[in-house]
Amino acid sequence: MTNQSTNSTGQVHHLRRMTIIWVVLSVVGDVLFSIFVAPHVPPGRLSETAANNQNTFNVLMEMAIPVLLGVWVYLSYSLIVWGDKRNASAAFSGAAARTNKTAQVSWIVITSVTILFLAAYGSFAVITEHGSGGGEGPNPAWAPAGALKAETAALVGKATWSPGSKNVLPVQVIGQQWKFTYRYPTFGGFESPQLIVPADTTIAFNVTSLDVIHSFWAYQLDVKADANPGVNDVAFTETKNPGNFIVRCSELCGIWHGSMYNSGKVESQADFENWATTTEAANAANTALLPAFAWTYTPDANGADGGYYNDTNDPYSTVETYGSKQPS
Amino acid sequence: MSLTGRLSTAIGLFLVAVGLIGWTLMAFLHPGTDGGYTNYTVGHAAGAPVSVELQSVGSIGTGYGDHPTWVSYLQKDPATGKWIHDTSMILPANTVVHMTILNYDSGSPLRNQEWGQVQGTIGNTATLNGKSFKVYNSYTGNGVGHTFAVPSLDVSVPMIGVNGNLTNICGQAPCGSLPHNTITFSFKTGAPGSYNWQCFVPCGLGYLYGNGGGMSTFNYMGGFLKVVA
Repeated sequence: MTNQSTNSTGQVHHLRRMTIIWVVLSVVGDVLFSIFVAPHVPPGRLSETAANNQNTFNVLMEMAIPVLLGVWVYLSYSLIVWGDKRNASAAFSGAAARTNKTAQVSWIVITSVTILFLAAYGSFAVITEHGSGGGEGPNPAWAPAGALKAETAALVGKATWSPGSKNVLPVQVIGQQWKFTYRYPTFGGFESPQLIVPADTTIAFNVTSLDVIHSFWAYQLDVKADANPGVNDVAFTETKNPGNFIVRCSELCGIWHGSMYNSGKVESQADFENWATTTEAANAANTALLPAFAWTYTPDANGADGGYYNDTNDPYSTVETYGSKQPS
Repeated sequence: MSLTGRLSTAIGLFLVAVGLIGWTLMAFLHPGTDGGYTNYTVGHAAGAPVSVELQSVGSIGTGYGDHPTWVSYLQKDPATGKWIHDTSMILPANTVVHMTILNYDSGSPLRNQEWGQVQGTIGNTATLNGKSFKVYNSYTGNGVGHTFAVPSLDVSVPMIGVNGNLTNICGQAPCGSLPHNTITFSFKTGAPGSYNWQCFVPCGLGYLYGNGGGMSTFNYMGGFLKVVA
């Protein structure tokens, strides 16, 4: 035993000894976590949202490791040093621990400060990351600069985006049993089963559904927003480098829910523009038949009709065009 | 009652309860017919295309199980030429599949016209009664009855509806020479794996949003393509 761990009367200074053990283990634990685990924590770093959420998770873990080790060190130390067979009358065991003001105040202050810091840190992250990739509903509380302008322009077909423009790119996500499709109002409102977005761009995902509740989860982008019929649920993210991501439905939605996924891509801005303009031209005939771009489309429960269009042509009505000659 | 007797009674009741719960769960998990796989790899020469023939019917009738009013696909057994109620198939990998689908059902406007566009087939085209098309306006003519779509392969083809006002529209499969549209297209299977296919028209009439009944029961409006090397 060193002098550091004993007082002037030669008695072991347990608190100091536990503190030294705890600090050493915590530093080692945090360093090991930072080197070997932190870089691989999901969802990765494909978007700013993902990167910041990875950072947040890592900060939480690096604070949790000392807390966990603090409990383990105290428990282990107590079992070893103050076990009944060794020295049950030690200063920190039994009644002595229950009346130790220093221990009690330290515990309350340290845990309170930790919790308050984490609450403030989490709130700061949500606000600065514009909802942190989560769906904020139709009126986002935390929208990035330029988002409102881009969204308003998208509704009237005047949204613009080009490489280097720094404009927010609105993308509509339409859930239906059992696939997501995507509309690009900036490129004529074409619809595609593929989700491709440009790198280094702020994306405004506008998520809705044509039938039941789905949930759009672009995993590596760290975007997750419920798809409710009749609701435009907006989620923001800022893409970084090119890469692939997986989209899954994360709301149980029927028999093929497990198959409701697709791959998405973050492409370079030039490649994205090329894909978007090519697809816009290739899909032009079908885009002309789609309803005007809107934030929501109101289906009804009337079988195969569904009201995606104005519900003036009811297939079960006697006064509409069904039964007319098939196009030759 | 002795301790042994009480214990035996408790264990017996527990086993009965577990059995009842298991039986109930299995009944929910297997609401439809267990669909088999039709194997197109038997005797298949490497690189040669495969031909598959399906038919889609508005009501399957009494010859194929417990739901005669449900909408369904049927598959033509290549060995016997009979129409069977199996919607899944085993296909060779990286092989061209020539599909012929006879649609006997009427149609309507699509909930999402996106499915009116032929996608993922060779040339992004299909034929309707021998005539090539890429996009079908579901708001015209008889609309679209169903789609054949393999989401993971981005394949989607609309099945154009027949005139719903006809008096001889098929209501009992197999439908033979009754009014129908013939849709053909080809796609490539790609790498080995299990790919689900499904209809994207909410055609389960009588169910909320049209996606219940045959749309939510395996082996009616969907199935699997098991692609093997």
